[in-house]
Parts: sequence; structure tokens; C-alpha cells
Amino acid sequence: MTVTILFLGPLRDLAESPTLEVEAPLDWSGLLEAVGPQVAEQLGEQRVNVACAGKVLADKTQLHAGHGDEVALLPPVSGG
Amino acid sequence: MARLTIDTPLDVRLLDKGLSVGEALAAFNAAHGEAGGVVSFLGKVRPDGDVRALDLSHYEPLTLPGMRELAAAARDRFALDGALVWHRVGVMMPGEAIVLVATAARHRRDAFGAADYLMDHLKSAAWLWKRERRADGWRWIEPRGQDREDIARWE
Repeated sequence: MTVTILFLGPLRDLAESPTLEVEAPLDWSGLLEAVGPQVAEQLGEQRVNVACAGKVLADKTQLHAGHGDEVALLPPVSGG
Repeated sequence: MARLTIDTPLDVRLLDKGLSVGEALAAFNAAHGEAGGVVSFLGKVRPDGDVRALDLSHYEPLTLPGMRELAAAARDRFALDGALVWHRVGVMMPGEAIVLVATAARHRRDAFGAADYLMDHLKSAAWLWKRERRADGWRWIEPRGQDREDIARWE
């Protein structure tokens, strides 16, 4: 019963590894606890989004990830 | 060599290796024979300063679907016959293409407007993360204030 947390872009450098497996279910406070203080601080910023099971959450604090879900942490983007 | 087939009206791709600009534009033009004008923009890794390489990463479940939505929004907003939206991911060297956008419309203003709209959104609203390698190592690039002003023009 696990949730995979995926660190994208610059958040990957703050995390110890690109992905992290945690126990399901996972909510917002569980996420903040799991990712460590540096990434948790970034998650507090409005510009950092969270996707669960391939959908960007309108309100990331309402995260509710179940077994098999992937939770992606999405820092500000830069394309082109 | 097999002829390049362009999806119409929208051809949206993430590419993990180099793209042939001339071939893409020729095929896009051929696919939109009814258009009165085709506008294209090619974005490249700027060959200046001490940038050695650029690395673009994406997130599979979001990046391409998001680009498809963007292309559809451009088509709704402008009277487009079609659009081509191709973006590279992976490691690129200075001078290499990062992004190719082409728009076909009956009239030029729609084609110019749509290309501008697509590029502004790809720069700061597509699920892509860019980092560059200089002499002192890799550094992540954040959108500039100018990029945010550019996208705000369309709100």
C-alpha cells in the first residue's frame, strides 16, 4: 500500500532521490512530513503545484492520495 | 526517407532528439494547402555566454496533454487552419532547436497572433523545466519577469 512521490525540476536537487515511496493514504500534512524540511518549505509557496494521479490539484492542501497513486511535486516551469 | 506525416489540424509533439525544421515546415505547409499564410517560430539554445548545454525535463502525464490543450486553445482563439507545436526535451547544445511552432490561417494576423500566443504560453505555462550547464555546473532556470508579463498580455 504505497504512494510514490516524484520530485521534478529543481525540487529533485533538494530531495535525496528522484522518487520516494510512502505508505498510503497520503494527505497534505503527511506529504510535508515525508519530503523533509527543505522541500516542505518550497511546497508552502503558491508557485509550487502538486499533481495526484496525473491531475494538477486546484488546492494542493486537499491532497488525498491512495494506493498506487503518483504524487508529483511541480516547481515553477520554464520552457521554450 | 519516409515522408513526414503531419496531423491536422493540430500536430503536437515532445521530441527527445533533434528536429528537422525544413522538413517539418514543408510538411506542415503541404498539409495546409488552403491557408493564406503560415507563420513559424524556431527557438534555439542561444549560443552566447558560457552556456555549454541545456537540459529540459518534463512530466509525462501532464506535459504533452497540456501542450495539446494549449494548441486547441490557440485554435479557438484565432481563426487557425492548423498549428504545429513541437518541443524538445533532453540535452541540447548551443545552436540546437528547442521549440518549433507553426501556425496556418486564412489571414496573416491570426497566424502571427497564434504563434505569439503559443510561444508565450510554452515559455511559462507548459510543464517543462529547464536547466543550463555553465563552467561551474548545472543551474535551474526560473521564468523571468518578462516571461510573466508576456503571458499576462493574453488574459
